[in-house]
Amino acid sequence: MEVISKQESDKTIIYLMGELDNHNADYARTKIDDIMAQSLKRIVVFDLKLLSFMDSTGIGVLIGRYKKAKGKQQLFVKNPSRTVDKIFLMSGLYDIMPKV
Amino acid sequence: MKYSNEMTLTISALSQNESFIRSSVASFSVLLNPSIEEIGDIKTAVSEAITNCIVHAYKGRNGADRITVKVGITDRTLVIDIIDYGSGIDDVSLAMQPFFTSGNTEERSGMGFTVMQALMDELKVTSKPNKGTHVLMKKHIQQTNNDIDEGADA
Ligand SMILES: Nc1ncnc2c1ncn2[C@@H]1O[C@H](COP(=O)(O)OP(=O)(O)OP(=O)(O)O)[C@@H](O)[C@H]1O
Ligand SMILES: [Mg+2]
Repeated sequence: MEVISKQESDKTIIYLMGELDNHNADYARTKIDDIMAQSLKRIVVFDLKLLSFMDSTGIGVLIGRYKKAKGKQQLFVKNPSRTVDKIFLMSGLYDIMPKV
Repeated sequence: MKYSNEMTLTISALSQNESFIRSSVASFSVLLNPSIEEIGDIKTAVSEAITNCIVHAYKGRNGADRITVKVGITDRTLVIDIIDYGSGIDDVSLAMQPFFTSGNTEERSGMGFTVMQALMDELKVTSKPNKGTHVLMKKHIQQTNNDIDEGADA
């Protein structure tokens, strides 16, 4: 998988690309943590447009980032696939990371 | 059970095989002409089950451990068996509760079984401590307009 970021005037966009599973989870965590630590923006949007696969390990990665941010940054998700949308809904992820 | 078509895959319980295993099952299921969403559901449910074998059943071990994945087709139903010979689960109904995890709660959501249950039509888990775990999942693949059109043409 690949993780890249883009700074906009008011927010950081983090693109998760490829497959986020148990095999790639450590890589994704490290990359996202680096980007979030360097970003001074209060709003962080995870854009999943180019993510071809994610399972509950990915939910764990996102929830882990939310816990780490400790409210200092507000997190959002964008462009989930239909299957990912279903697993986000059932896990309550949107309660802490609204879909935009 | 008698299937009109089936495959069996026995493979090392290594995380680098996760993508290959779920893609293999998804490719086989294409014979039933599933929608893109149904393929996503199958891939995700399979990924949950095999990740559990690698992360929990064979936790901390590496190399010789095997996972067996069987896929069978009857009518329009896909039947998937995922079998490991690892630690087993002491209390299956507790393990299947949403948000239950024996792993690191900061980084694991405990949603694997809940996801399998929601994305598939049937889920059965049997397990024996120190013997292993057997996850059985079934998914009925909807007949699409494409199939019906092809049928009418034939
Ligand atoms: N094949 C298995 N062998 C041994 N224990 C298992 C197996 N599958 C699941 N478990 C146990 O059941 C629990 C719940 O599994 P589930 O997939 O729902 O959540 P998780 O794997 O802990 O977290 P997540 O899947 O969200 O990353 C696991 O924490 C583990 O204790
Ligand atoms: Mg799991």
